[in-house]
Amino acid sequence: MSLTTKEIDQISQLLQDSAFDELHLELDGMKLSLRRAGAGFSEQRREPTPSTPAAPMLSPPAPAPTSTTPNPPPAAITLDPNQEPVTAPLLGTFYRAPKPGAAAFVEVGSEVDVDTVVGIIEVMKLMNTVRAGCKGRVTAIHARDGVLVEYGETLLTVARIS
Amino acid sequence: MAIRRILIANRGEIALRIMRTCRHLGIETVLAVSLADKDSVPARFADRVVCIGPAKSTDSYLRAETIVHAALAVGADAIHPGYGFLSERVQLARLCEDNHIIFIGPTAIQIEAVGDKLRARAQAEAAQVPVVPGGAINTLAEAQALAEIIGAPLLLKAVGGGGGRGMKRVDRLDELPAALELASAEAGAAFGDARVYLERFVAQGRHVEVQILGDGRGKVVHLGERDCSAQRRYQKLIEETPAPHLSDSLRHDLHNAAVRLSESLSYRGAGTVEFLVDVERQTFYFLEMNARIQVEHPVTEAVTGIDIVAQQIAIAAGNGLNLNQSDVHTQGWSIECRVNAEDPDRDFQPSPGLVRQVQWPAGPGIRVDTHIESGSKVSPYYDSLLAKIIVHASDRSAALALMQQALSHTHLQGITTNISFQQRLLSDPDFVAGGVDTLFITRLLSHTN
Repeated sequence: MSLTTKEIDQISQLLQDSAFDELHLELDGMKLSLRRAGAGFSEQRREPTPSTPAAPMLSPPAPAPTSTTPNPPPAAITLDPNQEPVTAPLLGTFYRAPKPGAAAFVEVGSEVDVDTVVGIIEVMKLMNTVRAGCKGRVTAIHARDGVLVEYGETLLTVARIS
Repeated sequence: MAIRRILIANRGEIALRIMRTCRHLGIETVLAVSLADKDSVPARFADRVVCIGPAKSTDSYLRAETIVHAALAVGADAIHPGYGFLSERVQLARLCEDNHIIFIGPTAIQIEAVGDKLRARAQAEAAQVPVVPGGAINTLAEAQALAEIIGAPLLLKAVGGGGGRGMKRVDRLDELPAALELASAEAGAAFGDARVYLERFVAQGRHVEVQILGDGRGKVVHLGERDCSAQRRYQKLIEETPAPHLSDSLRHDLHNAAVRLSESLSYRGAGTVEFLVDVERQTFYFLEMNARIQVEHPVTEAVTGIDIVAQQIAIAAGNGLNLNQSDVHTQGWSIECRVNAEDPDRDFQPSPGLVRQVQWPAGPGIRVDTHIESGSKVSPYYDSLLAKIIVHASDRSAALALMQQALSHTHLQGITTNISFQQRLLSDPDFVAGGVDTLFITRLLSHTN
């Protein structure tokens, strides 16, 4: 069976009016998973709070974040030997720039040295600088600005220059 | 406020224990793990894990700001601290209060009130709960004057200590100056607080504690007592409820004293009031109050049928206490044995490593709270508790027999455990008779050596 767009709209309205963050529906041969924007396990800070009103968001029926399946490790990134991962030295909110609107500390292509600041990790309003820890050129930036990073998560990749 | 998602700031068996109740209640779980615990059984059970730091607990499980930051970031309504780690740190409770996260436990003020031994003692005295004769000392002269009144043997305790740490026994009064200097220096180094106090050492004492639940508005019920006298170096090994061979009046007085103290604090959540029962004098003294869930809570759950974690969550959510004292009934006898990764033949040295194969006991009346399965790694970074085996039977002798049977069906390969030692304790005539004092294990070991 299938659902019309209108029916999906109606179902999403049900979720919006409810106290729940997620809805998983299984009908003959089809699965529908709805999740509130900003809900679930994405970054959701309670303060400063100005966030857009929660609206249901269609998401693929892929593994639900609240499933009981084993948790995938955060952002495991394979690298060739010359590529050095720069990992989060602590859990917190990652910022790519010193303040909102300012230029990012580094971009893809930036050259970095051991002490070059590549980002900030904020833990309960305490800012911790993250340094590259190696000399090279940034080839990829994995962590998004303003998002929770876990300890050991790869923030960016640097191609080493000897 | 409804609690829909809880961040569990702990590890091991207690993390799994808390999450089981959460799952039963339909509450989502986020487990904060260190790098060493990322592949643990609790991590696989959780709805989500967040890695908060490296294996060393001072850089992970003991970081209150990191825990609260993680809870806010994942949208958790509440934090359950378990036992140990941050469970009795004022800092975590206060950070939660300041950031509108529910702390599943008492208020920061209550933690402070019972965490400081001197304040807890004063609180107990104010609630007409008997305390061990003794008091705070600031100088050697004060200590000597007080020691003259109380008489030897004495116990020097660190104000900031707990769980048996920071205590010194003084057998003769002329040993006092040296012992005081040492105790004070050790207390300063270990707890950042050099204050010590002096009290009577009870030669033959039993450790009996009372489980309480408070709604935070002055209503308190008790869930009976637990006898935890089988200790080695103040580390409990076997716990049971009810406490054997206590007179009805003494038992009743213990329960009432625990309730009185908790009421005087308008205590919120689950707590345990520990007493020293003076066998000679047939009386008891307040020892301390633990403002958290206890390791040995399952024996109380077995005889009362009450899920203590579910009660903690309900109280924290503001639902109050759905129990009156008359609703609490106990049935039968329950015993818990702690299975530790320790080698009894090598002075109980920790025995970390890979658990190649494990078989836990099962069957009617047997409960096993564990985070260990075949292939689990026992990390040297954390305490050595592998499992708690809890039995529940109609009476004490049936419970003892069931525990022996359960232990004989417990097999771990790859690491050394204390199971054989537990079997020895359980079959000791004094333990079988019941009502041993806190020096029971010490005596048993000195006979062997």
